[in-house]
Amino acid sequence: MATTLKEISVGDLGTRSSERETELQGETMALNVGPSHPTTHGVLRLKMELDGDVVKSCDPVLGYLHRGDEKIAENMTYNQFVPYTDRLDYLAPLANNVAYAMAVEKLANLQVPERCESIRLLCCELARVSSHLLGIGVYGMDAGAWTVFMYTFNEREKLYTLFEELTGARFTTSYTRIGGVARDIPDGWLGRVLEFCKGVLPVLDQVDKLLTRNRIFMDRTVGIGAISKEDAIAYGITGPNLRACGVDLDLRKDKPYLGYEKYDFEVPVGTTGDCYDRYMMRAEEVRQSVGIIRQCIDQFPEGSYYAEDAKKIFAPQKAKVLTSMEELIQNFMIVTEGPQIPAGEVYFEAENPKGALGFFIVSKGGGVPYRLKIRGPSFCNLSILHKLIPGHYLTDITVILGSLDFVMGECDR
Amino acid sequence: MAESEFAQLKERFDYLSERPSSDHLAVNCPAERLVELCTSLRDDLGYDLLLDVTAVDWDAHSPRFTGYYHLLSTTKHEYLRIAADCPDNINPSLPSVSGVFAAANWHERETFDLMGIHYEGHPDLRRILMWDSYPYHPLRKDFPLAGIETPLPAADVAESTGVSVLPAPMMGGPFVSSGDGPMSQTEPRARDESWTEQKEKPV
Repeated sequence: MATTLKEISVGDLGTRSSERETELQGETMALNVGPSHPTTHGVLRLKMELDGDVVKSCDPVLGYLHRGDEKIAENMTYNQFVPYTDRLDYLAPLANNVAYAMAVEKLANLQVPERCESIRLLCCELARVSSHLLGIGVYGMDAGAWTVFMYTFNEREKLYTLFEELTGARFTTSYTRIGGVARDIPDGWLGRVLEFCKGVLPVLDQVDKLLTRNRIFMDRTVGIGAISKEDAIAYGITGPNLRACGVDLDLRKDKPYLGYEKYDFEVPVGTTGDCYDRYMMRAEEVRQSVGIIRQCIDQFPEGSYYAEDAKKIFAPQKAKVLTSMEELIQNFMIVTEGPQIPAGEVYFEAENPKGALGFFIVSKGGGVPYRLKIRGPSFCNLSILHKLIPGHYLTDITVILGSLDFVMGECDR
Repeated sequence: MAESEFAQLKERFDYLSERPSSDHLAVNCPAERLVELCTSLRDDLGYDLLLDVTAVDWDAHSPRFTGYYHLLSTTKHEYLRIAADCPDNINPSLPSVSGVFAAANWHERETFDLMGIHYEGHPDLRRILMWDSYPYHPLRKDFPLAGIETPLPAADVAESTGVSVLPAPMMGGPFVSSGDGPMSQTEPRARDESWTEQKEKPV
């Protein structure tokens, strides 16, 4: 008996989602994901309408982590608010500390010494490495690749030991003060950072081997959750998620702060804006950050770690407070009434691992902000969900959420 | 430099006035021209990224509420702040720019939720951070830091447990000096004393 072969066309799996929309006509089902669900990386809730396996509509519900940070900020002095900034993007607390301190300093028109800038820059970049390492690891896990998480989390732990040595805490660092940082870097710390940099690059290569050309990972991410350039800008998406869509916007390059203009680094920009591109952005950004850290340590400036001339803003050294009358009074005034910041309105945003973290401060003078608005990048990055998710399979939701790499702490504030 | 930038804007939009700012260019815009201004800024002047929408409550002053918009140009890398006063102090409202910038949708929902500003023409003006039945706007200056007792969002749970959302105990809360007057009166104290040793917990 002769065998006949018949060719069956299965079509392009990458573009499977939106094309099938017309042929579906089953009964729809309501599905609620979260607020406490491993996919949602925190307390995000999605109210979805499903037709079979395809999502027809999605309504994100926020606010489960709302703590009223902005209200709290209006009721305390500038320095007292620093610990609250840890809890915005709690995967990169150091970067939040720096962004907040810089916003207030911009309002006070205060220039911190070079050494302080370099310490802060190191903090920002290490925070970026730590946040992206977790982001990539968890994203791999969302897509079914458990191993990657083990590698990246291991490195992140080493980084947290460095943070602990620098700030005294692994997680809630509260390291900056208005006008400087809490303390100078410990002896030999820069060497240990360099050692970490040496160790993290091979791990990135491992991750690269595990994910970048992994067939399953690519099947699950290429062409999924694509955001167009126009949509990304319209929805106010920032950070790696925006650059994945092909928009070359990085505040470190375009609005340099902390002396980023002195360092040589590339800004990776994607093409299609899908989940795969967003992964590639983060992996490359870690490599670039390691480069910046090395350059920064290479030319690490001497000097003071706080603005010495800002007598009404930065509290004096403890030893001086205990021995000198003038410094004692100065310390008392700053602790009780807060750093004296002039009246005005200022908006400052820094390129954080998740996107542009902005602080809008309205001051009427004195030690307490009149109004402090936090622009959380995750809030804006999630606002596209109701448009992005419909048309995708239910299983793709995990990957899309993982690729957006959001943190509910700064989304709900 | 900022002055010449403003002059260029003023030439085109004669209803703008310059706003004092500690950083980049800031302008005042009458509320009714806001949508028109945002559309031209986006289409003709390249301010295409809406970063932030928020509002400030000036308490006893009139106009009481001012809406703020922060724009960034992704090509020129320039920031712009637009401020628009709400004409009505009791029922503040502003035109919605969510038709111009999709990003405004959630930002305006948040400002409506926390500050109580009604955005005319918003497609879906619901609360976003607080629950739907929450009766107050917590970022207003007359709302106490401790909060106000409110029924639980789930009516059935409230009925069976008899519990409601209570104000937070402020003893040990943030201690801040008011800064005016003699030091004997300005010693640091909890700013919000709606529940302290002196005053009973509100019933």
